[in-house]
Amino acid sequence: MDIITANRLSDGAVVFLTASGWSTRIAEAQALEGKESVAAALARAAADAEASIIVEPYPVDVERRAQGLTPTKLRERIRAQGPTVGHSKDLHLQVQAA
Amino acid sequence: MYRYDEFDEAFVRERVAQFSDQVARRLAGDLDEEQFKPLRLQNGVYLQLHAYMLRIAVPYGTLSSRQMRKLAFIARNYDKGYGHFTTRQNLQFNWPALKDVPEILGHLADVEMHAIQTSGNCIRNVTADHFAGVAADEVADPRPYAEILRQWSTIHPEFLFLPRKFKIAVTGADADRAAVRFHDIGLQVKRNEAGELGFAVWIGGGMGRTPMVGYQIRDFLPEADLLAYSEAIVRIYNLYGRRDNKYKARLKILIHEGGAETIAAEIEQEFNEIRYGVLRLPDDEIRRIETYFAAPDYPTRASESVPFKRARLADPAFDRWVGNNVSPHRAPGHAIVTVSLKPIGGVPGNATADQMDAVADIAERFSADEIRVSHEQNLVLPHVALEDVKAVYDALAAAGLATGNAGLVTDIIACPGLDYCALATARSIPVAERISERFGNPERQQEIGPLKIKISGCINACGHHHAGHIGILGLDRKGEEFYQITLGGSGDETASIGEIVGRGFSTDEVVDAVQQIVDTYIVHRESSEESFLAAYRRLGPAPFKEALYGTA
Ligand code: SF4
Repeated sequence: MDIITANRLSDGAVVFLTASGWSTRIAEAQALEGKESVAAALARAAADAEASIIVEPYPVDVERRAQGLTPTKLRERIRAQGPTVGHSKDLHLQVQAA
Repeated sequence: MYRYDEFDEAFVRERVAQFSDQVARRLAGDLDEEQFKPLRLQNGVYLQLHAYMLRIAVPYGTLSSRQMRKLAFIARNYDKGYGHFTTRQNLQFNWPALKDVPEILGHLADVEMHAIQTSGNCIRNVTADHFAGVAADEVADPRPYAEILRQWSTIHPEFLFLPRKFKIAVTGADADRAAVRFHDIGLQVKRNEAGELGFAVWIGGGMGRTPMVGYQIRDFLPEADLLAYSEAIVRIYNLYGRRDNKYKARLKILIHEGGAETIAAEIEQEFNEIRYGVLRLPDDEIRRIETYFAAPDYPTRASESVPFKRARLADPAFDRWVGNNVSPHRAPGHAIVTVSLKPIGGVPGNATADQMDAVADIAERFSADEIRVSHEQNLVLPHVALEDVKAVYDALAAAGLATGNAGLVTDIIACPGLDYCALATARSIPVAERISERFGNPERQQEIGPLKIKISGCINACGHHHAGHIGILGLDRKGEEFYQITLGGSGDETASIGEIVGRGFSTDEVVDAVQQIVDTYIVHRESSEESFLAAYRRLGPAPFKEALYGTA
């Protein structure tokens, strides 16, 4: 299963493609099964890159776990959840919860 | 201190205006990412894992209190309340919004700062010994030369598109605190037998995936030839450096593949052609730039201070901090104070906005308004009277900055790693935090003595792991982080590249492995006087391999 991620152009925030646009919450990402739906979603993302809404879209392999959609790769889990350490960790969680 | 001349002021303002326009056009969709990316990189803006990152130049690591306060202001208003000091004596903000960057650059320009030459294939910001101008062991202040090199290299029309980035470091003492042997050009200010100033010159040092200790091309280069010689080096590099493969594009590879003596001969020939041209440095110009860096007028003080001694006797924590974080100053009755940005269990190199303000206030009161950034990710107060050291310590303690661990096992260098960096293969900060906690006990650290642990989150080696007494490189093995350990590296005047000790360790194992290495050292050292590095050089890897893997 895949989802599409990118960074928002204006502030760089990590965003995920939803059914209707982009969200900073991975929980709202549109889960994609099969090559065709990934290709169609990437085409939508490319149009938004063209329209200067987001940059560098790409698909991310995810699994449905107890806590929801979870990337299989550590890099993408960190992108989705924020730094695992340091000053921005707590702040990031607050922002996500807000 | 270094003064911005009018040219710089106008140039930086112009760049801010130009970049504001470029950002506006990008946000409006008039520039696409492909067009915009090189422009943002030229202005120090990267796109990292979670956000944009802005890298700000701190030329030769020197900051005024006013500049530090501005960084605090930016951290508070445009970032998440902190900044990260790097191994390049720069400051990185991890969370600025692109739309705010022009405004941030405007604020920086108000205090003569910018983000130029912090990225791209140009001559990067020149770094220098963080004790420059005050170290007791110094021949001459290296910063005037760093400034001359800065002026020469800033938007040098011939060198804007080099095969790859190019780094220069300068030190003024035999004890190399600027790792000059790990730079494309490394310079050590020295005097010849006639008492004239000049430089020992190394070229082609570097870290990254192919670490190399620089080749010493000159034992003594006369002062007046600094720019002509540097120009000759960069020209030969620009001419022959590989552009077909970015992993083979640095000067170190050219020297390795072309042969040091062949490349050196080319450089000497080029130098002889331009030696007496426009780049020859007039003596009065060097002396004029030296005045920018004139030391404050130190009041005459006794070389010892009774209140200072008493305070050391009365307070063991202060005494320990002094032992590690206070260094000899060339002026009697003064000291150089290292402000550790390595709290036990914390993120190496981070400072909060409040801490930046606190350091600015302390520097204003006690250090002639001056602060340094060290490549070891700490700050330095270069002009503190011995009598004031206790007051400085108390003020630092109030800001959570009085960790007395400079040069010890918990004074760890770590790059941002996979928590922030888009290129990373593994995390570095959590490993640094766990090692720091493991060895956090002050008595234990003191017993271990000088030990440099350096951690990088990928082969690019921004955490200088090759030069760590214990180096840790984070890699990815089938989707899991794992860590390769090197031993015996050093970035000082006895520069060496660490050797891989054996197979790597998982996240769970790596801190225990470091502890085993340290324990092995303690068992085998001749006395507490023999440092980890000295013991490793005497013993070789065998006892460490045996402790880690059970085989010699
Ligand atoms: S060493 Fe690698 S992970 Fe660390 S900052 Fe450099 S590029 Fe990023």
